[in-house]
Amino acid sequence: MNRVVITGLGTVSPVGLSTQSYWAALTAGRSGFAAPTIFDAERLNTRVVAEVKGFVPADHFDARQIGFLDRVSQFAVVAAREAVAQSGLSFRDGLGERTAAIVGSGIGGQTTQDDNFKRIYAENAVRVHPLIIPRTMPNAPASQISMFFGIKGPTYAVSTACASATHSIGQAFHLVRAGAVTCAVAGGSEAQLTTGTVKAWEAMRILAPDTCRPFSRERKGMVLGEGAAILVLEPLDHAVARGAAILGEIVGFGMSADAGDLTAPDPDGMVRAMAAALADAGLVPDAIDHINAHGTGTTANDATETAALHKTFGAHAARLAISSTKSMVGHALGAAGALEAVAVVMALRDGVIPPTMNYLGPDPACDLDYVPNEARRQPIATALSNSFAFGGLNAVLAFRRFDG
Amino acid sequence: MVDVAKGVIELVSGKVRNKQGPLKMSDALENLGLESLDVLELTFAIEEKFNIEIPFNANTEFDFKTVGELVHAVEGLVAKKTASA
Repeated sequence: MNRVVITGLGTVSPVGLSTQSYWAALTAGRSGFAAPTIFDAERLNTRVVAEVKGFVPADHFDARQIGFLDRVSQFAVVAAREAVAQSGLSFRDGLGERTAAIVGSGIGGQTTQDDNFKRIYAENAVRVHPLIIPRTMPNAPASQISMFFGIKGPTYAVSTACASATHSIGQAFHLVRAGAVTCAVAGGSEAQLTTGTVKAWEAMRILAPDTCRPFSRERKGMVLGEGAAILVLEPLDHAVARGAAILGEIVGFGMSADAGDLTAPDPDGMVRAMAAALADAGLVPDAIDHINAHGTGTTANDATETAALHKTFGAHAARLAISSTKSMVGHALGAAGALEAVAVVMALRDGVIPPTMNYLGPDPACDLDYVPNEARRQPIATALSNSFAFGGLNAVLAFRRFDG
Repeated sequence: MVDVAKGVIELVSGKVRNKQGPLKMSDALENLGLESLDVLELTFAIEEKFNIEIPFNANTEFDFKTVGELVHAVEGLVAKKTASA
């Protein structure tokens, strides 16, 4: 079995269009929340979202390419470019056939879909753009990354709502660890901020009217976000042999399903996924320093996740430094797990734990250390990243700092 | 207002899991076996039927404890809408 290391990170986020700017914002506690600008919100109640700002497609693609790429694929390819460039890998000379591209998305090309339906139903359009189907399909980000970089091995999308990216990275990790592929490009992308999709989220009545304050008293729900993050994975020996800079190591992956409620979180499912990740990593619970929580900011998730952390870690739960990245970038669904994986790799590498922002004070149901409102400089060696999706699908990755 | 009460009770009845005879105004909603998605769907159904907006965020407690409280709240919202129309 190979040890699996990370040699590239790429990020397109509401707080920065590169991994460096994203990480600088997270450690500074800077949030990406603002009023909607990229979709018509006139008939909506939503007044706060986390949009990717300053993203100009023409800066990244020529006109012909843009015709093939929904916003969700644009984010994915731009994030992958950064990650692949950092890794120093080229997939053109045979390596592409031994490389996987596994990229999740919760709902695929929503901008294209929304525009198309508006034209058909509201404007009675006689004809629509010929590439709506291949722009909208949830596997478009994975396919586009495959085509842009010449990746010809196992390539597919995982669609497990809020856990899509974590499942994708976990699958890639297992393929590289087992030697089924040499390298993998994995992560997630989401561009869900359209009038139709936000309206549908409003109907679930779980969006916060003010801001996202995970684990805090007076938390009022989640804030919708968007973005993409991509990781390049390869065997430790392969990275060392080519002299690559190693950013971190993935050591375990665990999955579970609740088989219960469609949307309500279930502590048992969460516990089983965390336990599976620890077992896969060969780590005991007491060896974990940091948790990047699912931490959506809803009443139900944060209380349930806290209960699951108590059950998984026992007395050690009180010693965990727990962060919710969603307190700054919102909930980017199918990209969330990848954005959070990038945050974990950087936290382990730099010895800085990003904060949970907008924290007002403890809720009796959330009684752990959530690193409130300010980043913490603290050397950490191991971390879990949690993703718990609608549909009762749970995925947890275990990471370790790479010390050479 | 009789119509509102009848309509709300019909919609609530459709969601009840532990049926024990006809619904009474004093029945506590939490004893009717409504799960969170049932409450969500019920709220939507009431809004659609009476064309009103019920202010409700699932992150806060459902404000109405009994069938009667829910009926009165809907009656209030319908009256307000009629008055402003």
